[in-house]
Order: sequence, then C-alpha cells, then structure tokens
Amino acid sequence: MAVVDGTERELTRSRIRIGDRLFRFWAWSMAALLLGLMLLLIYELLDGAWLALSTFGLEFLTERSWNPVSARYGAWPAIYGTVVSSLLALAVAGPPALLAAIFLAEICPRWLEPSVSFLIELLASIPSVVYGLWGLQVLVPAMRDPIQQWLYTHLGNLPAFGCQPLGIGMMSAVAILAIMVLPFAISVSRDVLRAVPNDQREAMLALGATRWETIWRAVVPFARSGIIGGLLLALGRAVGETMAVTMLIGNRPDVSSCLFSPAYTLSSQIANEFAESVSPLHVSSLMGLGLALFAITLLLNGGARLLVWRVDRGNRRRR
Amino acid sequence: MRKSALLAVIVLVAVLAAGCSAAGGRDAATAPSATGAASGTEASAASTAGSVELTGAGASFPYPLYSRWLYEYAFVNPVPRINYQSIGSGGGIRQITEQNVDFAGSDAVLNSEQKAAAPGLMMLPTVAGAVVLAYSIETPSGEAIANGLRLTPEVIAAIFLGQITTWNDPALVELNPDTVLPDREIVVAHRSDGSGTSFIFTSYLSSVSEEWLSRVGAGTAVEWPVGLGGKGNEGVAGIVKEQPGSIGYVELAYAEQNGLSYAHVANREGIFVEPSLASTTAASNAAIAEMPEDLGQVLVNAEGAESYPIAGYTFLLVYQDMPDCAKAREVQGMIEWMMSDEADAYAEELLYAPLGDEVKALVLEQLEGLTCEGGQPIP
Repeated sequence: MAVVDGTERELTRSRIRIGDRLFRFWAWSMAALLLGLMLLLIYELLDGAWLALSTFGLEFLTERSWNPVSARYGAWPAIYGTVVSSLLALAVAGPPALLAAIFLAEICPRWLEPSVSFLIELLASIPSVVYGLWGLQVLVPAMRDPIQQWLYTHLGNLPAFGCQPLGIGMMSAVAILAIMVLPFAISVSRDVLRAVPNDQREAMLALGATRWETIWRAVVPFARSGIIGGLLLALGRAVGETMAVTMLIGNRPDVSSCLFSPAYTLSSQIANEFAESVSPLHVSSLMGLGLALFAITLLLNGGARLLVWRVDRGNRRRR
Repeated sequence: MRKSALLAVIVLVAVLAAGCSAAGGRDAATAPSATGAASGTEASAASTAGSVELTGAGASFPYPLYSRWLYEYAFVNPVPRINYQSIGSGGGIRQITEQNVDFAGSDAVLNSEQKAAAPGLMMLPTVAGAVVLAYSIETPSGEAIANGLRLTPEVIAAIFLGQITTWNDPALVELNPDTVLPDREIVVAHRSDGSGTSFIFTSYLSSVSEEWLSRVGAGTAVEWPVGLGGKGNEGVAGIVKEQPGSIGYVELAYAEQNGLSYAHVANREGIFVEPSLASTTAASNAAIAEMPEDLGQVLVNAEGAESYPIAGYTFLLVYQDMPDCAKAREVQGMIEWMMSDEADAYAEELLYAPLGDEVKALVLEQLEGLTCEGGQPIP
C-alpha cells in the first residue's frame, strides 16, 4: 500500500509541475500579448501621424485653425474642447456621484438598495447614441430656453455666458457627459465605501459621533483613494466619449470661453472626418489627433495613479 | 480544491490542444478539395462566366440607391454577386487606388493628385443630387414660413460667410416682399463630417462668390466661417428642425423626408427655381456643353432657365483597363444597366435625379472603351 501511495503522490506532483509550467507560460504570453498590442498601437499611431508631425512640428499642437482646403491643420481647438468638456463634466457629476454613493453604502435601507443600484447600473448600459438622441430632443431645447436664456440675461456680462444661447454647444455636451459618467463614478465609489471595515464606523460611533460625523470623518477619508480612482475612471470615459458628444457639441474647431458656443473634441473630429478624408496630410493629421487623445488618456491615467498613491501615503502616515 | 483546479486547467489546455489539432487536421483534409473547387470556378469563369464577385466601396450619399439597384439588378443578371460598402468617398478613392476593390463610389471629383496616383481611373456619373437650403423660421406672429423663401447666390454666400446675421436683413426682406421676416439671429448649420454634399455646396459657393473662393474654398470638408456642425444629413436636418431661426444645407431627399421647408434659389439666369428631380435633371442636360472630357464635372451653377443651381453628380470609379476580364464584363454590364429607364425609375422613387440623356450617352461611350488584362477587348 505504501508503495502505491508513494507513486501516486509522485505522479500528482509531476502533473502539478506540468500544469504549473503550462499555466505560467499561458499567463506570461497573454500579458506579453497585451503589452505587444499596446506597443503596436503606439507605433501605428506614430507612423500614421508622422507626416503631419514632420510637416507642422510642435505647432500641430498649438495651431488653432483646421483647414482641409488650404491644408493647415492644428489640434489645439480639439484638445481644448476635450479637456474642458471632460473636466467640467467631472466637476458637475462628481459631487452628486459621491453623495449618491454615500447614500447607497451607508444610509439606504437594505430592501431598497439593490433596485436603486440596478437602475444606476442600467444607466451605464444605455448606448451613447441613445443619450445623443435624447440630448438632441430633450436636453438641448431645455438648455436653450430657459436655462441658457436665463444665464444670458442675468449673467451675460460674464465671459462664460456672454454669447448667443444656441442650446447645441459646450454646455449641452458637458451636461450629457456628466449624466453618462455618473453611473461609473457612483458604482466604484459605492463599492469602495462599502469595503471600509466596520471597526472604523464602530470606533467613531463609540466616541459619540453622529452618523454625519462618522461618514465624513471616518468612512469617506478611509475610502478617499478609491473614490478618486472612481472619479478618474469616469473622467477617462468622458475623454473618449464620441457619439453623444458629436451630436451635441456643435462640431466647430473653435476655442471660446463662452459655454454656449459650439466646440469640438478629439474623438468627435476623428469620427467626423476620417471616412471622407482623402489627402494623405489630412489623414495623417487625424492620426495626429488620435495620438493627442492617446497622450491625454495616458497623462490622465498617470496623474490618477500619482494622486491615488499620494493620497494613500497620506492616509498611511496619518494612521 | 487546488488540485482539482489545476486538473481543470490541464484538461482545458488538453481540450484546446486537441481542438486545434483536430481543426488543423480538418483544414488539411479539405484543403485539396477547396483548391480543386477554386480552379474549377476559374475554369468555368473563363468559359461561361460562372459566378463573379464584384466588390465596390465608397460614397455614402448614393448608398441607398446603389443597394436598391444592386438588389434589382440581381434579377436582371444573376451572374455577378455585387456588394457595395458605404465607407465614404475618401475611403472609396483610397481602396480603388490600391486596387482593393473592383469599383468605387465618389461624390467628389478626383483632383490632379488623385488622378496621378491612379492612372487610368475613369469617373462615370450615375445620378445627380440636389442640395437644398432648409430652414425653420417663424414670422413674428408665430407662423412657420413654408417652402419658397427666395435666396440669391450673393445672399447665400453672405449668410454662410457670417455677413448677414439676422433674418430681417434688408437684403432678405427685399427678396421676399410678401413674407414677414422675424428679427431673429440666423443660426447656420453645416456638415461636420467630410461629405459629397459639402463638396457640392462649397463648390457652388466658390463658383458664385469670389470672397468665398478666396477665404474658404471648396472641398468635402472646409473651415466654416460660422455655424454649428451636424454629423450627416440627418445631423444637419436635426439641427434645422430643432433650432429656431436656423438654415442649413441637406440633400433634397432628407429635406422631404423630414418635412423641412426649403428655399427657391436664383440660378445663373436669375430665375428662382424650386429644387426638384426635374430641375436637377434639367441642370444635367443644360451643362452638357461644359462637360469635361473625363466626365469629372462639378454640376453647380448650370446655365438654363429651368436648372436648379446647387446640384452635383455622384460617380463610380473604375479602371479603364481592368486586371480581370470576367469582372470587367460584369462591371460594364452593371453600369450600362444603371443608365437604363428601369434604373431611372428606381432612382426617382428614392429622390435621386436621373442623368440627362446626353450625359448617359457619354457614359455609355466611355464604357465601350473598357479593356481588360492589358488592353484586350471585353469578352
């Protein structure tokens, strides 16, 4: 019996070794594949954009006109539009997202929570063209009159509200983006808040804190880095959003401080012009926009990592 | 637990490996017969032209018509299997230049660079389209202004250059004495995507306005001096519908389908013409005298009292000498059919204007000159 036992164990071990090796190989090759794809993507973008970059140099990033007829291309209006629309959308969506997450994780009664969460997650699964159509039919008319009209008559001397209210334009794009990123920000923040260990709450309550104090002084600070991560995920989504924004932003490569005026984003401009672009320089300039979008995403992600890391370190030091 | 997980992985890998090798085996087994079949079709194609596959790609403006035409043509001639992908004129020109497709569609006329890149590429007009100026304005008393606002080329150019900015501008009031125009800012809508419609419209503006020509120019995408950009005809139609006081240019079919009001435009003779299939075909007929030899005509501002001035052709691009004789014959047959009365009827149903008779004759003449495989006549 003992002999049989021994060989059996031997057999299992060798089998494990083979399985181990196979698995390791598999995992490594998948990771390498991802990395390879990424590098290939960067190479393709650089290769495609090379003509534009070598023709215009760094001016490509700062040039304000985009003129396919005279073959002068500049990415600045689209970069400006992308960054401003996404940041404003995040600023609009951030506070309500945080409050909604706190409600769901801390305050909401048990029986209600699943259905509310479900509805919020449903928001994330609506296709963006549907958001665009809704925006065009419902949001834009409401924006134009009364919202923008009111802002124009009462705050028209501010540069942000000092031009003809059209409905279509930066402000509507920001509004639709804010709605679209809301579910992402909410569900990540909710999960992070829920993962805060109960002793945090109990300790705070034991000190005689109110519920409000518990949430703001113990739970939210603990989850801070995760919440920031969730918001930045939302920002990433806003930066890349194409369809709904294209339908609402007015598609005009213009840099304007007025929120009512039409603007452009990198992804919208690429989506709009790529199919019918014929001259090589035009195509290459569009690839250049793609490269700029990639760089912005990379910077945002890098920034997010840095922020989360610093917040984490701060947290640890405080503890 | 762990052991069973590992076992599962091993089993999975083994199954995958087995699947792969089995698939490989199947490939190997069927490969000879597949090549046999291929050489078989080749042989029959040479003798009786079995089934020939034609691939086309390009302009999206004629896509609804082309898909209808190809559907109907399959009943007329079941031999070729033809598919057309609407990837945009630019994509179509790229694909045909690289000879990835057998024919391409384009709304824009090839420029000299593109001609040089693809020697022997012919432009064959198939139908004409009218671009209309659609608007939504209300009189001060709140009634919508219906079809027939009168516009001259100078006024259109001034509106799109941002020089006329209100609806009750003296120039507009003078043209429309019977209409009460509101004191409202004009909102200009244009296409944001590159498009043949924009090409026709900007070519028109360039031909009637010196200032437009020097400041903006003509192209599938231009730097618009003013206005909101909408993606696609439906995008512009959407803005015009939604935005009080707006004006934009769309294909006639879109204006009709969306119930938009559109303007009557003064043509070269100074006569205000309603955009319609008849007035577009009239333009095609009238412009025949100015038709260039390569048929690459930009049909704007045509002479003739009945001609609607903002119109353009959409083209099929094919090589004069095609690398495959069987395909060349089918392409020839297909385009010949597109010039028939039967095809015209389908075009009119979908609000595309058939070509003038003399233009059709020129297209058929060009088709006669097709050769294949290095100068051989079409079988």
